[in-house]
Amino acid sequence: MVDHAAKLKDHVWSRYDRKEQLIRYGIYLATLVAVVWAIKDIDIFWPWAWDAPNQIQSLGSRMWPPEFSRWDAIFHAMLETVHIATLSTMLTIFIALPVSYIAAQNTTPNKATLWLGRFILVSSRSVNTIIWALLFVAIFGPGVLAGILAVMFRSIGFIGKLMGEAIEEIDRNPVEAMQATGASKMKVVLYAIVPQVMPAFFAIIILRWDINIRESTVLGLVGAGGIGVLLQGSIDLFAWQTVATILLAIIVLVILGEAITSILRKKVI
Amino acid sequence: MLEITNLVKRYGQNDPVLKGLDLTVDGSSVVSIVGASGAGKSTLLRCINRLVEPTSGSIKLNGHELVNLRGSALRHSRRRIGMVFQGFNLIDRLTVMENVLSGRLGYVSFFQALTRRFPQTDIDRAFNFMERVGIAQYADKRADQLSGGERQRVAVVRALMQEPQILLADEPTASLDPKTSQQIMSLLQSLASEMSLPVLINIHNVTQARMYTDRIVGMRHGQMIFDGEPKDFNQDALDAIYGGIESPEEDGDDSARQASQDQEASA
Repeated sequence: MVDHAAKLKDHVWSRYDRKEQLIRYGIYLATLVAVVWAIKDIDIFWPWAWDAPNQIQSLGSRMWPPEFSRWDAIFHAMLETVHIATLSTMLTIFIALPVSYIAAQNTTPNKATLWLGRFILVSSRSVNTIIWALLFVAIFGPGVLAGILAVMFRSIGFIGKLMGEAIEEIDRNPVEAMQATGASKMKVVLYAIVPQVMPAFFAIIILRWDINIRESTVLGLVGAGGIGVLLQGSIDLFAWQTVATILLAIIVLVILGEAITSILRKKVI
Repeated sequence: MLEITNLVKRYGQNDPVLKGLDLTVDGSSVVSIVGASGAGKSTLLRCINRLVEPTSGSIKLNGHELVNLRGSALRHSRRRIGMVFQGFNLIDRLTVMENVLSGRLGYVSFFQALTRRFPQTDIDRAFNFMERVGIAQYADKRADQLSGGERQRVAVVRALMQEPQILLADEPTASLDPKTSQQIMSLLQSLASEMSLPVLINIHNVTQARMYTDRIVGMRHGQMIFDGEPKDFNQDALDAIYGGIESPEEDGDDSARQASQDQEASA
């Protein structure tokens, strides 16, 4: 404390004291170690990395000009991609809403259902769409069905978690008022909770549909339908000009999806 | 007729909020319950329709015991108890008509509630009540577009739609401006006599309690310490209820404070 008084007298000031300063240096050092360790360990074959500019040039020249002769096949694959996204988003709603109901603290019937709900959400979210797709291709064989299921299984966690949060944030007063009328639990949900979470619901569904379109474009790489199948096929055949067309088509689709969802979002909210 | 005997409510291991309360309300009397914040007024009302679980005691509405009811028996009893809240508790995103009809949720099926296909008799009742309180022109407006006084009228009509045998009002005017709050109080008073409906009103405004109600019940620390007609509700009663706390009408002068302290000492 004497030290303190002396500092005050001499107008000595520093933002961090010695201990805090040491901790900061320690964190810098640890970060540096982690980065160096990672670079050493992942074993990059550097000649290929230095060769990249040449490869880009070469690939670019093989892709140019994009070849549109297969446009109708590409168009149909794009449609299939959109269908996968739409269907899986719609189907997810039926599963995600009950899950969000039991995963929200204020509506779940008991502790067991709360943990069941959270378990479903976490397991859905911790597995990537592509990995779900690999599983479902193994179970149902390659094709659109596996793709739809894969996108669904990932979306359940996303929609369920956000809806659960929306339910937890509602104003409790209307719930009390509806209980006071003698309404059953389901009617209380229908009148006091559903109207309050409606805006969140539409915003979340639109957002997930947008994400699902992008996810559906890569599903084909593991054989689960959509534009990815065509993309993988063209890469395997070194049909780089077709690959270029497909990449352009994906960009157009994503931009379209973005535009449509932003219009929808403005309409609902 | 509402008969409350020896009602106790205790939250957890704390001191009871209601300490063996007795209250009987009969006929179409408008009863106001006054008391400082924390006296247990809200808890009392919420025990009646079981939004709060009473710890012990008995509450009978027209001879039916309400304590210990479960499931559908509880919901059937709640249908007969209308409630109006301080914050109106409307569903903001629904229309006025939907809010009003939600008072029928205890009577209609889930499918009718979902599709908003309420029986024509309910719709007729709704329009009659809305005309009575002057909000019929807002039927298709969203509830959150109305002013405070109009919103509370919607809430009153919603409660009346239940065909209640008793109406509970928990600080119905506390979020309203003085003029609107007088209108709501006078509306509750006239509805009570028109429909011969007993009404229990928690209220902070002692002047309005005197003016619009037939009987005043004073509560302090979970006990009833005054029960009488407004004309008998004098300064002593006021001091007993709000003693040691600044009274809402008069600034508690020293003699009043002294009196209330004596009261507490002798109690």
